[in-house]
Amino acid sequence: MKGEVLLGVEGIGKSYPGVRANDDVSFAVGTGEVHALLGENGAGKSTLVKMIYGLVKPDEGRMSLRGAPYAPAEPRAARAAGVAMVFQHFSLFDALDVADNVALGMDAPPPMRELATRIREVSDGYGLPLDPGRLVGDLSAGERQRVEIVRCLLQHPKLLIMDEPTSVLTPQEVAILFATLRQLAAEGTSILYISHKLEEIRALCDAATILRRGRVVGSCVPREVSAREMAELMVGASLKPPARAAGEKGPVALTVEGLSVPSPSAFGTSLKSVGFEVRQGEVLGIGGVAGNGQDELMAALSGEIRTAEGAVRLHGRGIGHLGPNERRKDGLCTAPEERLGHAAAPDMSLTENALLSGAVRKRLTRRGFIDWPATRAFAGEVVKTYDVRTPGIATAARALSGGNLQKFVLGREILQQPEVIVVNQPTWGVDAAAAAFIRQALLDRAAKGAAVVVISQDIDEIMEIADRFAALNEGRLSAPVPVAGLTLERIGLMLGGAHGMHVAEGAIHAGA
Amino acid sequence: MLVLEKRPTPSRAWAWGTPFLAVALTMVAGGLLFAALGKDPFAVVRTIFWDPLFGEFAWYLRGQLLVKAAPLALIAVGLALGFRAGIWNIGAEGQYIIGAIVGASIGLAVYPTESRWIFPLMIAGGAFGGWVWAMIPAILRTRFNTNEILVSLMLVYVAETILSKAATGFLRNPEGAGFPGSRNFNTYKAASNPELFAGSGVHWGVIAALVVVIAAHVLLQRHLLGFQIRLAGQAPRAARFAGVSAERLVVFCMGASGALAGLAGLFEVTGPAGQISIDFNTGYGFTAIIVAFLGRLNPVGILLAALLMALTYVGGEMAATNLGLPSSAIRVFQGMLLFFLLAVDVLSNYRIRLAPLSKEAR
Amino acid sequence: MDFYGINPAVLIASLMVAAVPIMLAAIGELLVEKAGVLNLGVEGMMIMGAITGFITAVHTGSPLLGFLGGAAGAMVLSLVFALLTQVFLANQVATGLALTLFGLGLSSLMGQGYNGIKPPRTPHLPFGPLGEIPFLGRVLFSHDAMVYLSVAIVAAVWMVLRYSRAGLILRAVGESHDAAHALGYKVVRIRVMAILFGAAMAGLGGAYISLVRVPQWTDGITAGAGWIALAIVVFASWRPWRVLVGAYLFGGITVLQLNLQAAGARIPVEYLSMSPYLITILVLVIMSSGRGRASLTAPASLGQNFHASR
Repeated sequence: MKGEVLLGVEGIGKSYPGVRANDDVSFAVGTGEVHALLGENGAGKSTLVKMIYGLVKPDEGRMSLRGAPYAPAEPRAARAAGVAMVFQHFSLFDALDVADNVALGMDAPPPMRELATRIREVSDGYGLPLDPGRLVGDLSAGERQRVEIVRCLLQHPKLLIMDEPTSVLTPQEVAILFATLRQLAAEGTSILYISHKLEEIRALCDAATILRRGRVVGSCVPREVSAREMAELMVGASLKPPARAAGEKGPVALTVEGLSVPSPSAFGTSLKSVGFEVRQGEVLGIGGVAGNGQDELMAALSGEIRTAEGAVRLHGRGIGHLGPNERRKDGLCTAPEERLGHAAAPDMSLTENALLSGAVRKRLTRRGFIDWPATRAFAGEVVKTYDVRTPGIATAARALSGGNLQKFVLGREILQQPEVIVVNQPTWGVDAAAAAFIRQALLDRAAKGAAVVVISQDIDEIMEIADRFAALNEGRLSAPVPVAGLTLERIGLMLGGAHGMHVAEGAIHAGA
Repeated sequence: MLVLEKRPTPSRAWAWGTPFLAVALTMVAGGLLFAALGKDPFAVVRTIFWDPLFGEFAWYLRGQLLVKAAPLALIAVGLALGFRAGIWNIGAEGQYIIGAIVGASIGLAVYPTESRWIFPLMIAGGAFGGWVWAMIPAILRTRFNTNEILVSLMLVYVAETILSKAATGFLRNPEGAGFPGSRNFNTYKAASNPELFAGSGVHWGVIAALVVVIAAHVLLQRHLLGFQIRLAGQAPRAARFAGVSAERLVVFCMGASGALAGLAGLFEVTGPAGQISIDFNTGYGFTAIIVAFLGRLNPVGILLAALLMALTYVGGEMAATNLGLPSSAIRVFQGMLLFFLLAVDVLSNYRIRLAPLSKEAR
Repeated sequence: MDFYGINPAVLIASLMVAAVPIMLAAIGELLVEKAGVLNLGVEGMMIMGAITGFITAVHTGSPLLGFLGGAAGAMVLSLVFALLTQVFLANQVATGLALTLFGLGLSSLMGQGYNGIKPPRTPHLPFGPLGEIPFLGRVLFSHDAMVYLSVAIVAAVWMVLRYSRAGLILRAVGESHDAAHALGYKVVRIRVMAILFGAAMAGLGGAYISLVRVPQWTDGITAGAGWIALAIVVFASWRPWRVLVGAYLFGGITVLQLNLQAAGARIPVEYLSMSPYLITILVLVIMSSGRGRASLTAPASLGQNFHASR
């Protein structure tokens, strides 16, 4: 361990109805140490850090900070003790400006004008330039994260908690972030770094504690062990990468040309002349950092946003003017990113959710009347074929875990035997086993001759399953290139490099 | 300390149990209110809830229950379709008035012609009048994104002004010695909505209400449109993904509820009320909002809720004459019922758990 | 410059009086909505304020206590709304409607026996010679304290929302309750306080109707003023100063149509008396469509319930 112990966690446990989120968790973070908390989705990392930050109270166990007992009743107390947190799902307010957002995260902010000056000073000092007067809703994902980090840094924390910070960054932005974190650690700030990305942890962290199903299953010095060893500790079994059939690609199935769509939401990104082609049997991966037009592209492909007839073509026939059900009828099925509330209705049963998108292709209605037996049979088929763990098809969608619901949603679309399938973030927030299952299912569908479009922010995922890669950046799509032979640096540049970071470009080389 | 815990799947048992719990709680709270007004709470509750069904005059009052429940059920079923879809038509009172005026105008225009086509035509006119009045907020919402709650409500006040003009002006009985109010439909056979079986209280409106309840039940349970209505209310984005057109739903739900409210108005004005008068409307359009929620936005539930609400009207009148209970006390009672229902509704989606204080305070 | 025998100074002076109830109710509701809560029970709270204020004033003989009583009555009623929506997580639209229906009934029950009674007169502020200034004296210096207080409250709400930390936190809660909760702000507590403030304002407005504007008690005395206040919040696009403009606009229409009725204008009375409602609809249409779409400036969590799970 580096330095003295700053934060000690001993025997912490927390239960939710039906879930043991944390069980007898113990570890220690040294002063100036970058400590990784490693585990896959649902391993209990988020609950653990919420307890350290005072958002959730532990059921049992003790914590100490610099040797003194530490039990924050609320985030304010945690901040007063020198603990700050950068959230995975940002705790930011779109309609307020940067300075207001920073002020909201501080307990005794200075007057606004002084605060603006200090934001400029601190953000420039750490290579994370920010304009205090801009509306947060207009910022890129990387810049939004910078707001959170600067908000923390202004309070001179002893311990900085970072929950999955790189999931919204381009590789170049990751490099800059790491440089900042190393600088902080060198100045004596401890960092608790939560992630499931092994290479990052090996590059950055001094020590790692590995969680699985709420329990500590191991600890290590990341530089001294291989990523594979850590992965096996984290997942509990070795996973084999999905099998790809290198078959012949068929004729072009989906063509998008000159697709320009104004964003329907206030802080959305408009699409600017997006174009690509996907052949039968091919997987096209569309990468990009969150908020660069993914939702808009998805809506334009699914038919939720209608466009000019020729902007989207299926087997050469214009379908841009058609709605979702007419496109389904023609063989185009989609699965949006947000499972609860978009791809599925949370309070409805799995049977009703099967009807939601399956009515047309599975012929679940007759003259407008619903064929409930056939719908139940379809829902049952999805549950069985895609190994959805649920008490039954009458269960509400919201009762399923993220991975199981995602298997249900994708299964529902794939079992409709679409000729083209478009999915957005297919494995977001899903545990490793389910993610592998889902990726394999998409590849299998492609092997059967479907054209597959995977929109994802996870570069590793795209490298694993896509044949060609295109990057979405500020509503523009790069020309697709074959995945084979692509380097991380090239991908990063396609993704837009470091958004609005020209000032600190030197840091890329310093960090990488 | 009490803690709410979200249920993974909504509880079916509580979905059916909450209305009964709410009624029981309202009786207790209402009893306290009546006691505070200096009345014997047990006598009042018995007069309202027992006597109309099983008391001395039950033979007459049971029919009155149907007379009062029919318009409430007709309006509430329509409102429930919209409420389910997240479309808030709260101007049913206005649609009810306009439906009555349009339908009545048709009948009065051809007075004193006798033909069996007149009444069906008036029914169509009533539905059309309510539909048109509801189309105003519907189209303003789909075209200009205008809040339908405020517009439909503003139109109630406009409709009331038109009603007073109708009663004192263009529909006034020319043989009425200058008194406000139209001709009485009960004396104009071709245009009247009489009791179909003597003493039963059943008029065409009661039959229409039953038909509408069954039709709405089938729509919501078996038809894709009903599924889309439920989906749009629960998860609007999922509805768009499922290919539901939000505009068409607004037009359908507002139109259906408007037409049903108009129908209720027409049946009322040609039957129980008898004529267009300045205050022939007695607030059914607003009470139906309570009925819709009490029936859990479910057509069959609404039928039961309408009967219960009719009971409070009929029993309330009895309590007013026999025990001197102020008539406004019944409105308070009805309002309480809705409050209690909304409060206990939490039980179907959440579990209430007793969390030991010591643990939380650690 | 009179037309139909209406004196412009009198007209402006009386529109300022007519605007007070809706201005108060609207500025209160604006703050509530800024905190992310949609309370459609304004009409119910106003009429509760009207009757409790009236009863208090009649029994104490003091208009001041009357106004306080009105605010208190509406606040008590709003506690039901706060409990149902913030603790029991009931649908805000339904609960707001229930509040209005209940308030109308309860006020009518409480108001029995108060029909035809005159409340104590609310005095005009003594401005001395200022009131003698031609035109301006009649327009600006001939009112009771509430006329000035309502404008002062609008200014205060504007200042608080724009410049104070409390206002910033309130806006943050209305913008994203999840983010505010993550930062450790007490979402429910803040919203309950906003609801109580909104109720106090609606109650003051209601009391102004029964104590000054009419002044007597009749059933349903608010006649939709609460709903017009809700419309004014949309008209104002959630900006306090526009509430002032909106309230004066609607006050002007109300006063003008009453004056035209009294003056026997050739426009039928019915059209005149429905005009405030029709103009409200028209304004709503204009504000909710086109470039300045009001929905874009609405608080992002408006009407959504908050439950801190996990």
